[in-house]
Amino acid sequence: MRFVFKTQYEQDTRIWKHSGYLWTYGILIAALILFPAVNNVIDIEFFVGEATLWLVYSIAGVGLMVSIGFTGQLSLGHAAFLGIGAYTNAYLLTLGMPSYVSIPAAIVLAAIAGVAIGLPTLRMHGIYLAIATFSFLIIVEHIMAKWETVTGGFNGLAVEAPTWYVPFMPELRYEMYNVWEIYYLALAMLILTIWAVLNLLRSPTGRAFVAIRDSEVSAQSMGINLAWYKTLAFAVSAGITGLAGAVMSYQLTYLAPDAFNIFESIKLLLIVVVGGVGSIHGGVMGAAFIVALPQFLAILRDFMISITSDTVFVSVGRFMETPGLEAGVFGAILVIVIIFEPLGLYGRWVKIRTYFELFPMYKKATFKRQKSYLKTERLR
Amino acid sequence: MTFFKAENLAIHFGGVKAVDGVNFEINEGEVFTIIGPNGAGKTTIFNLISRIYNATEGRLIFQDEDFTQTSPHLIAGMGIARTFQNIELFEHATVLHNLLIGRHCHREGNLFTDMLYLPSTKRRELAHRRRVEEVIDFLDLAAYRDQMIANLPYGVRKVVELGRALCTEPKLLLLDEPSSGLNVEETEDMAFWIQDIQKILGITVLMVEHDMTLVNSVSDRVLALNYGRTLAEGLPAEVQSNEEVIRAYLGG
Repeated sequence: MRFVFKTQYEQDTRIWKHSGYLWTYGILIAALILFPAVNNVIDIEFFVGEATLWLVYSIAGVGLMVSIGFTGQLSLGHAAFLGIGAYTNAYLLTLGMPSYVSIPAAIVLAAIAGVAIGLPTLRMHGIYLAIATFSFLIIVEHIMAKWETVTGGFNGLAVEAPTWYVPFMPELRYEMYNVWEIYYLALAMLILTIWAVLNLLRSPTGRAFVAIRDSEVSAQSMGINLAWYKTLAFAVSAGITGLAGAVMSYQLTYLAPDAFNIFESIKLLLIVVVGGVGSIHGGVMGAAFIVALPQFLAILRDFMISITSDTVFVSVGRFMETPGLEAGVFGAILVIVIIFEPLGLYGRWVKIRTYFELFPMYKKATFKRQKSYLKTERLR
Repeated sequence: MTFFKAENLAIHFGGVKAVDGVNFEINEGEVFTIIGPNGAGKTTIFNLISRIYNATEGRLIFQDEDFTQTSPHLIAGMGIARTFQNIELFEHATVLHNLLIGRHCHREGNLFTDMLYLPSTKRRELAHRRRVEEVIDFLDLAAYRDQMIANLPYGVRKVVELGRALCTEPKLLLLDEPSSGLNVEETEDMAFWIQDIQKILGITVLMVEHDMTLVNSVSDRVLALNYGRTLAEGLPAEVQSNEEVIRAYLGG
C-alpha cells in the first residue's frame, strides 16, 4: 500500500495521484497503441474491429456516466444521441465535408438535442425522467426512419471513410480505409473524452454535477443553479455520446434507423450499471463487457452445438440457438449485478485491489456501509 | 443601513399559516436566535430566507436590498449561507470536495475553461483550495480532509456542514439547530465556534436552537415563535422569563 505524502495543494488537483498512475495507464495506452501491430498473427480485422467497438462504447459509456453516474439523471434516450451523432457525421461526409468538420458537428448537434430534452425534463427524477427520455428516443427513431432525403430511411445510409483534407488543396487529402486507422481514431477520441471529463470533475462544473446528484437542496443553497447545471450535464453527456455515434458510424460503415432503438439504449445503461455507476473506469469496463459478451455467447453456442451429439446436451444446444437469447442474458446480468454488486465491475476490481494492498489485514466488512436514515426527503 | 430585516413575513400552505406576519431585524455582527416549540415555523423562516419557499406576504431585506423574489441559487452569492437541520452533505464525496462546493458561488470560468483545465482554472482552483484550508484550520477538520462523508460520525458531519457554509464567505450565517444530535462536549465546541465565527470572522449569525444553554451562552437577542407568530423578542433572559413563552413550551 502506498501512502502519498502531500506537500502542495497542487497534488490534489492532478489527474494522477502519484507516479504509479502514470506507469499503469502509460503501459495500458502503449499496449492499446501496439495492439493492432502485434495482432498480425490471427484474424487482425476481426479483433481490431471488436476493439474499435469497445472503444466506441467506452466513449458512449463515459458520456452516459456524466448523466447517470455524476449528475444522477437517469436516461433511456441515449441511443438517440448516438444516432444523431452517427447520422450527422455520415450525412456531412456525403456532402463532401472533412471529418474534422463532421465530427465536431455531430458533437454539437447531439449536445443541442441534449439541451432540447434536458430543458423540459428539469423537474423530473428517476423513472419519470427515464420515460421522458425514452419517448424522445422514439421520436428521434421515427425522424431517422422518415426523413429519407437526409437519412435514407430504411434503405440505410452508407458511411464514407474518415476523410481529412486541407481546403482548396485537393492533393493534401487522406482517407482512412483501414480498420486499424479507425481503431486509432476511436482510441484518440476516447483518451480525449476521458481527459475532458476528468478535467470537468476536478473543476467547479463537475463538482456542481456531483453536488446535484447527492443533494439538490443543499447544492442550490451553495449557489448552484440547478436548471443550468442539469441542462449542462445533459448537453455534455449527449455531446460525448454524439461523438461516440460519429466514430461508431465509421466502424459500422452502414447506418439503419433500427440500429438506434431502445435495445441500444438499454445496452448503454448496462455499460454504466455493470461497469460501476459513478466512475469513468466503470464506463470503459462495462463497454468491454458488453462487446465481449455476444462473442462469448457465440463461442459457447458453437461449443454446445458441437457436443450435442451426446443426448444430454441436445436441449441445451437447442436453447443456445434460440433467437434473442442475447437480450435475455443482458437482462439477467443487469438484475444479478444490481443485486450482488451494485458498484459493478469497477467496484469488484477495487475490492480485489484493496484485498492485495491490505493483505493479510483485509476484512470482509471493509466495504460495508452503515445505512443512514438521516436524509430528509421533505424538500425534494 | 438595514443589515437584515423581515417585514410582515408570511407563508401559507393551503389553510396552514406556517409563518404568519413575523417581523424582526438583525443588526450586523450579532447572534440572533429563533426559539419556539415544534411546528412554530422556525425552519420555515430559514427556507423562506434561502428562497426555497416563496413568501405569501411580506418582504425580506438584506443590506438594503429586497431579495423576496431573488432566485434561490443567488442567495449564497449575496452573502447568506445556511446549514440544514438534518445534515444535507454530499455523501459520496470527501470532506475537501464538500468544502470546495461551498466555494461554488465564487466560481469564475465556464464549461470550456473547465473542460480544458486551462492554467487560469488551475490558478483559481488553488486559490479556492487555500480558502478552504483556512476553514479546515479554523474548524480543526484536518484529520478528516480526505475522508468520505458516508464514513464520518454525526458530530463531524455537523462541523463539516458548518465549514461548507463558511466556505461561501457569508456575511449572514443561518444555522438550523447546530446542536441537534450532538453530545454535551460537542455542543460546547459548537458554542465556542459560533462565538469565534461572530468575533473572529465577524459573521452575523441567525440560528434556530432548542438547547437553552447554547442559546444563553452565545445569543445577543432571541425571538420566540409559536404557530407562526411572534411571542416575544429581546435578551435571552427576558424572553425565557416571558409568560407566554413558558406557556407555549410547557402547555397550559
